[in-house]
Amino acid sequence: MNVVTPFEGIGASVKRKEDLRFLSGRGQYTDDINRPGQTYAAILRSPHAHARIASIDTAAASAMPGVVAVFTGADMPDLGGIPCGWQIHNKDGSPMAEPMHPVLAVGKARFVGDAVAVVIGETRAQARDAAEAIAVEYEPLPAVATTEAALAPGAPLVHDGVAGNLCYDWHIGDRAVNEAAFTKAAKVVELELVNNRLVPNAMEPRAAIGDFDRTTDEYTLYTTSQNPHVIRLLMGAFVLHIPEHKLRVVAPDVGGGFGSKIFHYAEEAIVTWAAGKIGRPVKWTAERTESFITDAHGRDHVTKARLALDADGKFLALHVHTLANMGAYLSTFATSVPTYLYATLLAGVYTTPTVYAEVKAVFTNTVPVDAYRGAGRPEATFLLERLVDVAAAETGIDRLEIRRRNFIPNDAFPYQTPVALQYDSGDYTATLEQALKTADWAGFEARRAEAKARGRLRGIGISTYIEACGIAPSAVVGSLGARAGLYEVGTIRVHPTGSVTVLTGTHSHGQGHETTLAQLVTDRLGVPLAQVDIVHGDTAKIPFGMGTYGSRSLAVGGSAMVKAMDKIVAKARRIAAHLMEASVEDVEFDRGTFRVAGTDKTKSWGEIALTAYVPHNYPIEELEPGLDETAFYDPKNFTYPGGCHICEVEIEPETGITTVINFTAVDDVGRVINPMIVEGQVQGGVAQGIGQALLESCVYDGEGQLVSASFMDYQMPRANDLPPVSVATHTTLCTHNPLGVKGCGEVGAIGSPPAVINAVVDALKEYGVRHIEMPATAAKIWGIINASRPAMAAE
Amino acid sequence: MPQVTLTVNGKTSTVEVEGRTLLVELLREKLRLTGTHVGCDTSQCGACVVHVDGESVKACTMLALQANGSQITTIEGLAKPDGTLHPMQEAFREYHALQCGFCTPGMVMSAIDLVQKHPDGLSEKEIREGLEGNLCRCTGYHNIVKAIAAAQEVMHGRAQSLAPAAAE
Repeated sequence: MNVVTPFEGIGASVKRKEDLRFLSGRGQYTDDINRPGQTYAAILRSPHAHARIASIDTAAASAMPGVVAVFTGADMPDLGGIPCGWQIHNKDGSPMAEPMHPVLAVGKARFVGDAVAVVIGETRAQARDAAEAIAVEYEPLPAVATTEAALAPGAPLVHDGVAGNLCYDWHIGDRAVNEAAFTKAAKVVELELVNNRLVPNAMEPRAAIGDFDRTTDEYTLYTTSQNPHVIRLLMGAFVLHIPEHKLRVVAPDVGGGFGSKIFHYAEEAIVTWAAGKIGRPVKWTAERTESFITDAHGRDHVTKARLALDADGKFLALHVHTLANMGAYLSTFATSVPTYLYATLLAGVYTTPTVYAEVKAVFTNTVPVDAYRGAGRPEATFLLERLVDVAAAETGIDRLEIRRRNFIPNDAFPYQTPVALQYDSGDYTATLEQALKTADWAGFEARRAEAKARGRLRGIGISTYIEACGIAPSAVVGSLGARAGLYEVGTIRVHPTGSVTVLTGTHSHGQGHETTLAQLVTDRLGVPLAQVDIVHGDTAKIPFGMGTYGSRSLAVGGSAMVKAMDKIVAKARRIAAHLMEASVEDVEFDRGTFRVAGTDKTKSWGEIALTAYVPHNYPIEELEPGLDETAFYDPKNFTYPGGCHICEVEIEPETGITTVINFTAVDDVGRVINPMIVEGQVQGGVAQGIGQALLESCVYDGEGQLVSASFMDYQMPRANDLPPVSVATHTTLCTHNPLGVKGCGEVGAIGSPPAVINAVVDALKEYGVRHIEMPATAAKIWGIINASRPAMAAE
Repeated sequence: MPQVTLTVNGKTSTVEVEGRTLLVELLREKLRLTGTHVGCDTSQCGACVVHVDGESVKACTMLALQANGSQITTIEGLAKPDGTLHPMQEAFREYHALQCGFCTPGMVMSAIDLVQKHPDGLSEKEIREGLEGNLCRCTGYHNIVKAIAAAQEVMHGRAQSLAPAAAE
């Protein structure tokens, strides 16, 4: 047990421990779980974007076969609203507007999909049949369907008490300094753009099962969540008023999240509350269309930006004005996304001395909008990297050169940006140069000429990005309005025979934590990977946790484990010192072996573990038996992954169809624990970024109907839409966490969209295209090409 | 209620179903074979793919009654009784072709049918086109394509073990 072979520690691409059960159909996703006596919930949803609910008649539904109960908002007078986890303050210091979000609509429905009533039935089909028999009298009201329409004078009000549909009017940066810098500019480049609205679409639809034990007054919620402890806190304390010790939340295997399963949703409260009412378990599983109209959407920004440059192309100042859509209600982290996860990243990898950003968040009659993979950082990156390309074109400075001239140099770290963050490490030149080489940037013009000979328009695009993740220092986010701490918790439980169970407050829903986190233990303690199990996703087993999002699991959760392992090793050394009759200071520990320094006296890991639990020969006066330690880790700073993405496309001018020929990602994610998993994370993130750039778009019509509410209407990337993705890493270590890790879950989705669009714009440069909005669909591109044909013919 | 008799993973069952019961509902809710997943309601995502009489079928788009008398294989029935994985399962593990695992059963079942129908082998492009009916949100498909390229060599007896993927 002392020697780990083959190497399974930090840096090894070991195969995943979780794969066998997923490949055998033995995963346990929420809908796979069935409780004795289980009933099924079907939720009746508003077909109107905005309507007064005049009456709800449930009599016919209640009389239908198999119906156990029917509930409406009127049955839940004592329940609290669904809370928002982050309070933003306006420019004048006043708090944001925070309207009540009832579990079931009361008085008014505010978006298509708003939950109006719930039927509990003996079978899924019976519940659905009965839901259709509920008679709701709606009085439709004018709706606000788009971000820009929300602030128009006379726009319908989503919430009667929220004037002008304005949730908040927030800013960051020194406006006076910023404006002064613009007066000294040799050149000002302006750009308006939209960050398109997206639907996260994890392949597993959301589901929830509520269970209640009358004999103990204990509730259990099984749910598709990225953070079961957070759900327990939000739902227990704010909505249902159930104390933590009477509420267990289990997030079993979860089929992808990408942010959309962070948030506390109404259905979780409905099934838990209803289980208590009827005394039987209640299961709800979303259909895909239901997911489209209830899962929090992502992005949806409308932005105007100005960049000031001096005569040498150095950036002097950036001014940004953004409208961000919150949807009809504030989802859990919605308010933080277009503020502290967005505007604080607007310095990017550049030395721009002043940045000023103002963000107005608005309510609309649409599904709530919240974090989706990257959350704020893709919006900042898309804006910056498009703006830099436009600046290059308008100043005549090469795209690479203008970036190099403005990069934060390697000797400037730690680097304080003008928008609050302090970057600890990075090497933007290294990732750029490596990507240029891999993508053969130098050889591109020859490939463009060859494509032209075939009648194709070829373009290449680049993005040099940074993001902030590993969220987050509790005191910092607390001062910015977060209503929670963002530390993480890890327990290392060494068993008497030396095997290890790890309890982590993070949650794995595709990231491979059961492997990566186990590698940390193998590396440090020398216990073979097969003897390390990771337990996550159950508030009854794990002391506490804040969950998985913002690429925080390794940087924060892994660091908590390191801290707990430090305690384990410290205690184990004392036990070893006792057994070897040496002083603790003289006992060295290296991957499974305790040794008295400079001697051949050793004790194995297994001997120490056994001694801890069979303390016959043991320093019992000074040391408790057992080897089981828990640590809370609060990060000192965010982590700052960054890198360079390069995309090469070809456009068929006759159809406007864009094909991504190849994609190169060189990312600095800090220390890499499992290279295979990191590559997979980046490939998946890039796929979502290409999807955003070319295919995906969430479309509301003028009345607030979501017209892209199925996989037939919303274009998810398929295998044939995507290229092979070349992924490499270039590491600079994070300087403030014990693992040196930065995080890899979001970089793909953050860096890639501007690389794709910059490539499309480059391909279309002979048509004078300055900017094209995402998604750059074939229809859009064909329109541009077709519109310019007469002009080109006339030349 | 009408009855349907079918053989799933070698075991014959007779089950009462409603006329509207879908094959996937029978598998998941009556037979408790929850490895077959439901990811959409428009026959787009392929998470529910099983083999019906040797052909890949979206089990959300077939009524249970239509499967009467059929031989069905689900993801649970792929490995040998001793636990030895099918080469496609093995390849998915080897090439990190799954992350959250939700699309995986359908993806594996589709991939096996795709490879079986192309004994001369599939190029990378053909594999990508062949996956038209299966959505994955996690992997970007890159490693799925590599896994299928490697598995087809073993399935067609051209390789003993999973060699580095042809589709790079």
